[in-house]
Amino acid sequence: MGFLSYLISGISLGSIYAIIALGYTMVYGIAKMLNFAHGDVIMIGSYVVFTSTMMMGLPVPVGILASIVVCTVLGVLIEGIAYRPLRGTSSLAVLITAIGVSYFLQNAVQLVYGANAKSFKSVVPVKALSLADGALVISGETIVTIVSCIVIMIVLNTFVNKTKAGHAMLAVSEDRLAAQLMGINVNKTISLTFAIGSGLAAVAGMLLCSAYPNLTPTTGAMPGIKAFTAAVFGGIGSIPGAMLGGILLGIIEIMGKAYISTQLADAIVFAVLIIVLLVKPTGILGKKISEKV
Amino acid sequence: MAMLEIKDLEVYYGMIQAIKGISFEVNQGEVIALIGANGAGKTTTLQTITGMIPAKKGSITFNGVDITKIPGHKIVPMGMAHVPEGRRVFSQLSVLDNLKLGAYTRKDSKEIQESLQMVYRHFPRLEERKNQPAGTLSGGEQQMLAMGRALMSKPSIILMDEPSMGLSPIFVSEIFEIIKEISESGTTVLLVEQNAKKALSIADRAYVLETGNIVLSGDAKELMNDESIKKAYLGE
Repeated sequence: MGFLSYLISGISLGSIYAIIALGYTMVYGIAKMLNFAHGDVIMIGSYVVFTSTMMMGLPVPVGILASIVVCTVLGVLIEGIAYRPLRGTSSLAVLITAIGVSYFLQNAVQLVYGANAKSFKSVVPVKALSLADGALVISGETIVTIVSCIVIMIVLNTFVNKTKAGHAMLAVSEDRLAAQLMGINVNKTISLTFAIGSGLAAVAGMLLCSAYPNLTPTTGAMPGIKAFTAAVFGGIGSIPGAMLGGILLGIIEIMGKAYISTQLADAIVFAVLIIVLLVKPTGILGKKISEKV
Repeated sequence: MAMLEIKDLEVYYGMIQAIKGISFEVNQGEVIALIGANGAGKTTTLQTITGMIPAKKGSITFNGVDITKIPGHKIVPMGMAHVPEGRRVFSQLSVLDNLKLGAYTRKDSKEIQESLQMVYRHFPRLEERKNQPAGTLSGGEQQMLAMGRALMSKPSIILMDEPSMGLSPIFVSEIFEIIKEISESGTTVLLVEQNAKKALSIADRAYVLETGNIVLSGDAKELMNDESIKKAYLGE
């Protein structure tokens, strides 16, 4: 039963990575930039839940909704204020700005809440599931995380492939100028992408802090980096790739911790990334981009 | 009043002046050819008209409205479509999805279906391949898709940039036949071409661009018999 329970924990952790990775991969696919502040949006989302439900005593659904709204607005604001003015300049400038935004958010939160860890109470109302006479216990957080991940994947895939706004996103992602010639408002499409990615970050933040209840201003940093790894692992720009990459990464991390070494687990995760990129530079599901000459 | 009027247009790429103050006009129902060698500024002119590149000086007026500073995505619903150089179809999307994106700014879903049927009449091959990813089409088919996609916006004027580029002679003739059909069905055409002979054969009037200036203009049939044009562009 040990293996099975590790596998389930791995899928659960991986589902959180996957939801975060979706934000990275969608923004990369459509705005062609790496939003390194994405992990910190997760942290902000968790602080919103913490403040509204644990400090102010508001009901959990209100806190969740508030978190999603705040993160969505924050994502659109970050894009509009920090990234949009740099569109068309070097990608390095955008990257450095993203790192700057990341530090700004971490320090702003530290200023307000202090650097001490807050203890986050799980917002998941589902009870643990006990299987095989208690030999295998699946926590409520795990169930909700995996179900959320599946629902998000289905909804997002349907949205992108079946709706007009989704097709506009695909068009902008493939050829921004040609999309504009169709009458698509490229800026609006990019804003929408940031809104969706950041809304998902809020969900990921809640799930993350419900499973790992230590909330600090740097809570989002490591999961952010790992989810970014997952996005690259699965093939950056690809939505199913982010899902697959996230879940595989979660499983590798938990298995590494369980069977090899707790200290080395992160090193193993990144070693796997390096190996995958050596063998397949575009990631598992990444498409080869043919450069027009 | 001309449908499309370009006046003293100047365009820069950084410090380099690509268009040096050109003026020309397109009247309703005409086929206008913009011919010239590589680097003359033909593509730049079209891209400036549809807002892909900003103009430095001068004005672009479309149906009496100054569109010089209007963002590109707002020009499409005004009735102007642009078939870009190199086709630029959305290769991962299906042929049908590409065509639907052409009608992105339209809300009249019933008439969009009619436009789709009209595009299929012009290009039966697109209907046969409607579920195929656009990237799997041949060059000529992609050109047809790019043209069909532009027609889906129900434009009153269509700007075409090098539709014959890289196509086999059979496809070139076919594409020019279709441009004629599009014009006969009432759409005004502004055509940029290196294939001056073909372009002049279907155009009403033409302008000759040379390094950012219009050096010659007039009736297409007359230009075809012009000695300097024959030497420089028609290879005679």
